[in-house]
Amino acid sequence: MVPYLFLGFAALLVATALMVILHRNPVTSALFLVLSFSSLAGIYLLLQAEFIGMVQIIVYAGASMVLFLFVIMYLNLQHDVEKGAQIALRRGIGWMVGALLLLFAGLLAKKGWVSGPVAALPPDTTGGNAAAIGRVLYSRFLFPFEITSILLLVAMVGAIVLAKGRPAPQGEAE
Amino acid sequence: MLAYLPVLLFVLVGLGFGAVTIGLSTIIVPRRENAVKNSAYECGVEPVGNARGRFSVKFYLVAVLFILFDIEAVFLYPWAVSFHQLGLYGLIEMVLFILILLAGYFYLLKKRALEWE
Amino acid sequence: MAALMQNEAFQVALWAMVKVGIILGVMLGVVSYLIYAERKICGHIQARTGPNRVGPLGLLQPIADVGKLLFKEEFIPAGANKVVFHIAPILAVFPAIVTFSVIPMGPAPMFVVTDINVGLLLFLAMSSLGVYAITLGGWSSNNKYALLGGLRSSAQMISYELALGLSTIPVLLRSGTLSLSGIVDSQAGNLKAFGTTLPLPNWGIFHWYLVLPFFIFLICSFAETNRAPFDLPEAEGELVAGFHTEYSSMKWALFFLGEYMNMIVICSIMVTLYLGGWHGPGVDKFAPLGLVWFLTKLFALLFFFIWVRWTYPRLRYDQLMGFGWKVLLPASIVNVVIAAVWLYWRANA
Repeated sequence: MVPYLFLGFAALLVATALMVILHRNPVTSALFLVLSFSSLAGIYLLLQAEFIGMVQIIVYAGASMVLFLFVIMYLNLQHDVEKGAQIALRRGIGWMVGALLLLFAGLLAKKGWVSGPVAALPPDTTGGNAAAIGRVLYSRFLFPFEITSILLLVAMVGAIVLAKGRPAPQGEAE
Repeated sequence: MLAYLPVLLFVLVGLGFGAVTIGLSTIIVPRRENAVKNSAYECGVEPVGNARGRFSVKFYLVAVLFILFDIEAVFLYPWAVSFHQLGLYGLIEMVLFILILLAGYFYLLKKRALEWE
Repeated sequence: MAALMQNEAFQVALWAMVKVGIILGVMLGVVSYLIYAERKICGHIQARTGPNRVGPLGLLQPIADVGKLLFKEEFIPAGANKVVFHIAPILAVFPAIVTFSVIPMGPAPMFVVTDINVGLLLFLAMSSLGVYAITLGGWSSNNKYALLGGLRSSAQMISYELALGLSTIPVLLRSGTLSLSGIVDSQAGNLKAFGTTLPLPNWGIFHWYLVLPFFIFLICSFAETNRAPFDLPEAEGELVAGFHTEYSSMKWALFFLGEYMNMIVICSIMVTLYLGGWHGPGVDKFAPLGLVWFLTKLFALLFFFIWVRWTYPRLRYDQLMGFGWKVLLPASIVNVVIAAVWLYWRANA
């Protein structure tokens, strides 16, 4: 049954990802992105990565996409404001990146790397997937974990700087 | 992973329930449209302009900060369930993690980013 | 056919289908009478009698209401984004129905649909998806009130979701598992403190470091379900009906249904995390009593929700956001640290 479910989720993932770039309305595109994140969560579940699957929904489908939608909806970005040369340039870059990715995918398929053996599950999953991640993340991968907090701190400061801008000089109030 | 099969069924039922209700209602419900009835409701006054305007940057800031603190919370879940096996080591590193983020939080307070004027 | 009946996956799916049917049917009934109860209680709080014309004591009122809604005329505002306008009400009921698959309503296996290792995360994932119904509904209507209501409401929901998620961490520190059945099991028996067994149940709420998280969770659940005193999105005086101003007929009914279903879900999670789940006297002798205890606690909380709604006035928006970000969020973070230090000290002292 698992192969069929995988095919279902994978097909949904590819189809919705295509719709993200093909649909003209940015809000609908964003909604398709939510769907494709959710089908990715389904694939994680099939790989027995329960924690990652749920976090995929909480962080990507739930939190990041809300920000995307906020920006699209409430900045009223309904129409593409760029024209002519800008669009041509962007399309050109898009085609180049796409061709590179296709080349890369072809290379992977030819070398047979995609169908390599699936890594065996870590033996110690008592208490579930999340506890197993906890035991590894907070002992062996302590340093990357603590660095993450610095990353979040930087992001916080960055968000404030961008949102608040420079304080207006005194005496020049509107 | 068999435990997730019922969840998948509930997902399908959840989507199906809403879709079927709306589908059925479009058959039953009367529709006598006219231009005035279809105009946006603005308490009886003629609608002015387009509804979709731009909003204060505050709302985007809230969404960005939400993502950041949400990621912090996500790190806390695996820590909480493996807490008793991690011992003192785990306690200290998480206190450190939280302290670094609290520093960011105090920065937000200081910059008055959490005020709604 | 016999081979199919032997298949484990098929059996699981079959049982789940039966249970989803029962749950959905019972839910619809409970929601319609919850609305009746809300109107009755509201009436008595305001020294009125509430609905009393349709049937004895007005008990047939919900049926009349559903019938009315089914035959109401429906209109879609000009300039609305039609696809999104139709999707939003579906998303209003979807998260609540999915979360019901993991809530343990009594002893396993009879009263549990499924027990997944990350049950609590599924609830949080679904409540983070709950924002979409409101944002999309408000935006797609092309109505200024709806847009403002949707924007306010989604900012409110994401702000309170943080404190909601963080207030569950001390529970996990105690239970050591994300499975909701596991969390219920960790609350079995009697409370042990000061070296003796106290005549109190071992529920989360009776552990001192879970008292503050319980109240944070409770306050956040008012905000998450958009109910008074946090019903800013539909502040009638200023925003008409908020995000669902332009919705009518069954689509409006779905939003309404979603609100009450979410209320039931969030109260069930509260019972599971802090109030001992289905545990209560006599459950070990007669298992169905677990369901009775679960429902008793659930309805007590639901009554409390209704009581609060008709007692407290609405907050101002800046107060609401300030309270969420400057009181609840730091309080829940600090509580995580305190609970962790205390639990470490108790385990090793």
